[in-house]
Amino acid sequence: MSEVTTSRRAFIGISATAAAATAGFVALAPGVKLMDLAQAHADSKGASSKVRWGMLIDTTKCATGCSDCVSACARENAIEPGSGRPAQSSQWIRKIELKEKKGGHRELSLPMLCQHCANPPCVDVCPTGASFQRADGIVLVDRHICIGCRYCVMACPYQARSFVHEPLHNQNPEVPRGQGCVESCTLCVHRVDKGESPACVESCTHQAMLFGDLNNPQSEIAQRVATVASSQIRADLRLDPGVRYQGI
Amino acid sequence: MLRLAALVLITLALSAAVNAAGVPRPVIDIAKPGQCIDTPEVMRRTHMDLLKHQRDKTMREGERHSKVSLNGCIECHASKQNGSVLGGPDNFCQGCHSYAAVKLDCFECHQPKAGYKAAGGKR
Repeated sequence: MSEVTTSRRAFIGISATAAAATAGFVALAPGVKLMDLAQAHADSKGASSKVRWGMLIDTTKCATGCSDCVSACARENAIEPGSGRPAQSSQWIRKIELKEKKGGHRELSLPMLCQHCANPPCVDVCPTGASFQRADGIVLVDRHICIGCRYCVMACPYQARSFVHEPLHNQNPEVPRGQGCVESCTLCVHRVDKGESPACVESCTHQAMLFGDLNNPQSEIAQRVATVASSQIRADLRLDPGVRYQGI
Repeated sequence: MLRLAALVLITLALSAAVNAAGVPRPVIDIAKPGQCIDTPEVMRRTHMDLLKHQRDKTMREGERHSKVSLNGCIECHASKQNGSVLGGPDNFCQGCHSYAAVKLDCFECHQPKAGYKAAGGKR
């Protein structure tokens, strides 16, 4: 009896592998390894808890005065400046310039965006469950049930969230946005689900931004995080951000 | 008194005549007509449930390859005139919703036009 069970298990295992391999070859593009596809490509299966999307930002490469990531984000997600009131327009990503006052007056610049925390305070405080975290670690707002109370805006230590004050038009169909809801960086979830990188990462001409699966030891980001000193901003809060910075 | 009774009778007769003819059914202008998921009769009754179920699957679980998709509806059923499902009595969503007197608030956030090209990261 036990022998039958073993062979059945082995058979199921072999069939599953064969099915996965067939599916893999169908979608295989040049330069995409089967490993990447199985581990990171959430195309057909949806978000998987095996994946932890993250970003590594090299502040030594990030150029002062450059805002390519900010404008790429605005183009991709159709974020337009509000009607003459820039203080009210949404901000998903912003550039921060830092200067050390002591020593050699070292200057550095970095993009600040939603840190996609593993323990997000915005999700903790949300009274309706609109602020949520996907299985792959991306923190999003469900605008269908967001009541616009802005508790999450207050709770976020990175000031990553914005409130939409005015009616919006000409949204990207894959990025629905509207008045009365809170929003923040989605890590370009609509692109990530298609196997692409976020728009900011793609736009960075200085190669300062690296996007990938932190859980996959084969991925470039996991290897960089394992070999290069990087830090999380306000790590003392123990929110475990998915966005890490190098050189700060 | 007689005059008032006559007036009431005339009013009733007029409203009955309007009811018999009914409100004209909307004539919808669709760029790419055809049946994608189910018959028009089924879709008229169940599209809201299908869309509500799928929106949670897509947003919360990242499942983006379902046949049920608001963007999918819009891509085919937008009008030839303005490329949108909104705009007038012959547009797919608006025409039917105003006929049925049901509020339509999807498009306060969603894009009602077909054929949008996302800009992407590269300039």
